[in-house]
Amino acid sequence: MEHVIEMLGIRKEFGNFVANNNITLQLKKGEIHALLGENGAGKSTLMNVLFGLYQPEAGEIKVRGESVKITDPNKANDLGIGMVHQHFMLVGNFTVTENIILGSEPTKLGMINIKDAAKDIAALSKKYNLDVDPNAKIEDISVGMQQRVEILKTLYRGAEILIFDEPTASLTPQEITELMSILKLLIKEGKSIIIITHKLKEIMEVSDRVTIIRKGEGIGTVITAETNPNELAELMVGRQVDFKTVKKDATPAEEILAIENLFVTDYRNIEKVKGLNLNVRRGEIVGIAGIDGNGQSELIEAITGLRKVKSGKITLNGKDITGLKPRKITESGIGHIPQDRHKHGLVLDFSIGHNIALQTYYKEPLSKGGIMNYKKINEKARQVIEEFDVRSGQGEMTPARALSGGNQQKAIIGREVDRNPDLLIAALPTRGLDVGAIEFIHSRLIEQRDKGKAVLLISFELDEVMNVSDRIAVIYDGIIIDTVNPKETSEQELGLLMAGEERQVKAVKEGNE
Amino acid sequence: MSNRVVNILVPVVSIIIGLIVGAIVMVVSGYDPVLGYTALWNGIFGDSYSIGNTIRQITPYILSGLAVAFAFRTGLFNIGVEGQLLMGWLAAAYVGYAFELPRFIHLPLALLAAAAAGAFWAFIVGFLKAKFSVHEVIASIMLNYTALHITNAVIRNLSDGSFKTPTVLESATLRMPWLREITDNSSLHLGIIVALLMVFVMWFILEKTTRGYELKSVGFNKDAAEYAGMNVKKNIILAMTISGVFAGLAGAMEALGTFQNASIKAGFSGIGFDGIAVALLGANTPLGVVFGASLFGSLKYGALNMPNEAGIPEEIVAIIIALIIFFVASGYIIRLGLQKFGKKKEGQ
Repeated sequence: MEHVIEMLGIRKEFGNFVANNNITLQLKKGEIHALLGENGAGKSTLMNVLFGLYQPEAGEIKVRGESVKITDPNKANDLGIGMVHQHFMLVGNFTVTENIILGSEPTKLGMINIKDAAKDIAALSKKYNLDVDPNAKIEDISVGMQQRVEILKTLYRGAEILIFDEPTASLTPQEITELMSILKLLIKEGKSIIIITHKLKEIMEVSDRVTIIRKGEGIGTVITAETNPNELAELMVGRQVDFKTVKKDATPAEEILAIENLFVTDYRNIEKVKGLNLNVRRGEIVGIAGIDGNGQSELIEAITGLRKVKSGKITLNGKDITGLKPRKITESGIGHIPQDRHKHGLVLDFSIGHNIALQTYYKEPLSKGGIMNYKKINEKARQVIEEFDVRSGQGEMTPARALSGGNQQKAIIGREVDRNPDLLIAALPTRGLDVGAIEFIHSRLIEQRDKGKAVLLISFELDEVMNVSDRIAVIYDGIIIDTVNPKETSEQELGLLMAGEERQVKAVKEGNE
Repeated sequence: MSNRVVNILVPVVSIIIGLIVGAIVMVVSGYDPVLGYTALWNGIFGDSYSIGNTIRQITPYILSGLAVAFAFRTGLFNIGVEGQLLMGWLAAAYVGYAFELPRFIHLPLALLAAAAAGAFWAFIVGFLKAKFSVHEVIASIMLNYTALHITNAVIRNLSDGSFKTPTVLESATLRMPWLREITDNSSLHLGIIVALLMVFVMWFILEKTTRGYELKSVGFNKDAAEYAGMNVKKNIILAMTISGVFAGLAGAMEALGTFQNASIKAGFSGIGFDGIAVALLGANTPLGVVFGASLFGSLKYGALNMPNEAGIPEEIVAIIIALIIFFVASGYIIRLGLQKFGKKKEGQ
């Protein structure tokens, strides 16, 4: 079969750092080709080379058999290559049509011809079953819809080859399913697709072949039907990976965290947590499953003191901590892995060493009488770096910004676990991380539990919640609508609960009996 | 090229380019650049008198530069250094003449008064930002005007029609007979020691204390600071107040050193605003500020000699000085050029 794109022996350097070395990727016409690799393996670099954002130091790119030099994204567009970025490039208060034509506005007598463009876009949307309203404003539509607008944008510009960069990172499980069928439809219509991801499940489901890169090196290409997730993970990480998190049964003891009838409002003063009750005991991991936006963020912020509690009571170890200042709450024994590691978790301009001190800098031995002891801080940092396998170029002196996402997250977890808190709150602890890092983080959470600590895990990933938790509390519209045992539930049941369909859940349960 | 080499090369190359462009301006307008730069050199380093006055000129720039740099390091833009400086200037002058005290109490007290006045003026800005989210740039610009007119009004009342306060007493002056003697009667005063002490203080606060760690955390990432249990509002107010201390002391340099009084002003002194350039030239580090202030102060003072010795009109001189500073400030472009150059060399 004919190759629409061939990237042969690509090498890309940044200073002394080799981001891509001798990578070969051949995309056949009409296939979905997955590009698999850990964070920082060089996937995005390779795709940016293809999209004309970077120029390779060595290697050749062929499009439809002809050797080409892709000097900029416009050239890539002309060659029929379109990219759907992980972070959408859309103008929030423009309509779908306005966004799609932006940069190549069709004109009629010197005026923008929106009407015809909207018609074309509606037709395209129908053809690919995208169900997008060309006149809706971007800020009014869901993330999944916005992604479809990005897809439409590439199609409108005549793309034959579509690159998807981590397309499922911000989607709900339902949206992911829909995206997968859109991808298959695109193939049917003769498009070719490269999908960048580190989610093995999606690769197995949707791709025809997989090219794996590890630490900038091309490892090879395999046919999806002839491989399995274990083999892929091994190729990607370079060693064996356990998927099923191994853990003993929980032996929960006394209650550590108790939340009673909690009400919390968000920044617009809209009630997001509406009378929530929850308890977490020593020696167990409670997972909060739910779709983003059902009050998870507000709940965590209320527990940790970052947001005011409207009413209700939060107790930790029998002590009322409602409305205390964040530091007081931290000192009462809560560790917090925040959901946004860049916003809350780290001061990116500080070194990793200084970040390790973020919660404890004011205590001995890290400081004394108001004077910092950076020697002790760096010692402590080295210990955490060692213990939590944080990989950084210059050890504790590396700027936090220079670390990969996984290593930043390991540093935060190290800092929080090192304080030995009674309750560890882990909010989306593995978001955007690769299997190696996820495995590591899960085992650390379980280790905390086995040490007799309480762990509260908030996640949008069903797999994660089901694998790691001992108890699953499903949050919907600001309350815990049900608590289930992960061993006795199914993804189907959880999915329905997360969508707030209590009645249907009962029906499913009864049907099972 | 290593980062360190680039960091040192950038300002050097910038100054050289600035000097070259300045020379072109002189040639185009019909003056001899060699003569012009010799006059500039002599104006700065020519004799002990020039050196003394150059150092005197550098002194307040160090302090106003520290004020701006400290605020920048803690995530704030203190454009109100000018107003804080004027308040400090008046406070120091007033305490300097109104009290009769032994020297070892009087001079420190006058300095303290200046620091407190500057701190108070900056505190208002910090308070408004922390409590009511008033942007510090707006608040501090407005307070600059307020300070200018308040200090003028007070000086008018204190002066009985002479447009300036009485001269500060011997016990409060920063001037020292022996300093005048070794510098051929220049107006060099002890203030340079105060300024250098404050350079150390800023370094110490930021790099050594837990407070400095908090201030920097809040400056870099407010959300992470809050997550870590730091009091963000308190730190904003404190950062602004400390910045105001430096600004107030800059005013004291003028009150107790250079002028020995406070006089009614038609406009701003400019030292506060130049502090922004000084801080940026010095990359907001304490030591960098010393270099930035030295460049700024020497050029400003040395330039006074160019009309006398080389016959170049003041306007042209102002253009040349501005060009040199402009090129130093656009170090980014030069950095880029150096890196490209370095890459090419490596490639060969």
